[in-house]
Amino acid sequence: MIIADRKPLEEIMQMVKDSNKILILGCKGCVTVCNVGGAKEVGILSSILKIARKKEGRPLEVDEKTIERQCDPEYIAQVKEIVAEYDAVISMACGVGPQFLSEAYPTQRFFPAVNTTCFGGATQHGVWSERCAGCGTCVIHFYDGMCPVARCSKSLMHGPCGGSARGKCEISKDVDCIWDMIVKKKMGEGHLEDLMTMKPTKDWRTARDGGPRKSVREELVQ
Amino acid sequence: MKDLKAGSNLEKVLKAGHFAFTGECGPPKGANIAHLKEKIAHLRGVVDSVNITDNQTAVVRMSSWAASTILIQEGLEPNFQMVCRDRNRLAIQSDILGVYAMGVRNMLCLSGDHQTFGNHPQAKNVYDIDSMQLISLVKKMRDEAKFMNDEEIDVAPKLFIGAAANPFADPFEFRVYRLAMKIAAGADFIQTQCIYNMEKFRNFMKLAVDMGLHERAFILAGVTPMKSVGMAQYMAKSVPGMDVPESLIKRLRGAGKGKVAEEGIQFAVEQIQEFKEMKGIAGVHLMAIEWEHRVPEIAERAGFLPRPKVE
Repeated sequence: MIIADRKPLEEIMQMVKDSNKILILGCKGCVTVCNVGGAKEVGILSSILKIARKKEGRPLEVDEKTIERQCDPEYIAQVKEIVAEYDAVISMACGVGPQFLSEAYPTQRFFPAVNTTCFGGATQHGVWSERCAGCGTCVIHFYDGMCPVARCSKSLMHGPCGGSARGKCEISKDVDCIWDMIVKKKMGEGHLEDLMTMKPTKDWRTARDGGPRKSVREELVQ
Repeated sequence: MKDLKAGSNLEKVLKAGHFAFTGECGPPKGANIAHLKEKIAHLRGVVDSVNITDNQTAVVRMSSWAASTILIQEGLEPNFQMVCRDRNRLAIQSDILGVYAMGVRNMLCLSGDHQTFGNHPQAKNVYDIDSMQLISLVKKMRDEAKFMNDEEIDVAPKLFIGAAANPFADPFEFRVYRLAMKIAAGADFIQTQCIYNMEKFRNFMKLAVDMGLHERAFILAGVTPMKSVGMAQYMAKSVPGMDVPESLIKRLRGAGKGKVAEEGIQFAVEQIQEFKEMKGIAGVHLMAIEWEHRVPEIAERAGFLPRPKVE
């Protein structure tokens, strides 16, 4: 799923500093699962914004709403009747949300309350880690189920580099060296030969480098 | 001499069967050419080739290609280092053509330290290709006169291709295979990471020799003399993939005040003597970090002078 982190309160305060009445709009998709932008987090942000503004002596009126998804026009349409009532709308969805909202309601201002970080999953309770870089050409099967594009700090196709030490990446002791894991698994299984073949240079056109991407299912397009 | 791939001095020295001795110089943090010239002056006639680092530790310095050309002007031979961190395949290939046109004949292909280490940690990292693919690319450009996309090159860059090997990074058991891969990809010579743990290095070289790697590429052992106990402790603790045994730190500490640098040089000289006898080692790469002025003394004590002249 898509992982995100809440923006600092000061930054959000700055976004709505000229507003007196706002809507905080949550999303029941990925950001609910990673506990950053669902109904619960909408409530929390609403409370702290109101308290902070009250302290400043200019109270903020905040409404809360959470919709099914903010990456689908069908659900975006659900706020059609109310969106114009506010000075600003804060979206707690990933980076897709504020954009879909802005496209649907061009006269309203939508602000992101979260920083979208990566595609990943929960590695322990309260911790989410990157697993996919969305490069558009999956090679996970060549690396025994581990992606060096997303998980090697240098996206090496032939690792590990000289900075790999005790299973950790040179950038931080908190980051596992994925190449250390790949090599140990391959060698443990007696598949050293997989590591001894030259991998082709990556065609980055399918990644963001080729420009904004689009997926089309012809059978569904009307 | 027959079968020269690039005709660099380093290639000639190695292929004539001499034990090579290469040095290293970091370009200035600025356009201070005078300082660069002063540093390299210590290396003239003392080493066979000088590695010119490429934004090492991800700190911005004068470009390695520009500093390499200054070396050539000064009558020294550069070993142009290139990292994959800062360039995509367009810039890589164009820089390769550029340095060759300016007279560079050796090139060391590296992944590069991650930018997190350096003074611009906010930078976007490129890593369009990795060091293994870079080696293969330089070989293709040289031997097939083709770009990565198979288009013809009008006058191919004839470079003597180098690669790095770190026997001390993990996992140890894979390191010799990674070295084998680099040689298979096209590396003509190898310069290792700084060696301090001699026992581990002996084991590594035994594996390399058993695989016949020393017969397919020239392996130069990396040496960096310790200047101080603090430097040794820093390298032991803070430099990833560096193996500094406690016994060495103890030895340096035991040297006493004012004598640690001498002890560090003495250890380096002892290492070099062993490398000269070690099977599979074709030379020494001395990385005397900001200590270029001590290189002549080390070369003298290690018996490297005068350097051979090979036509």
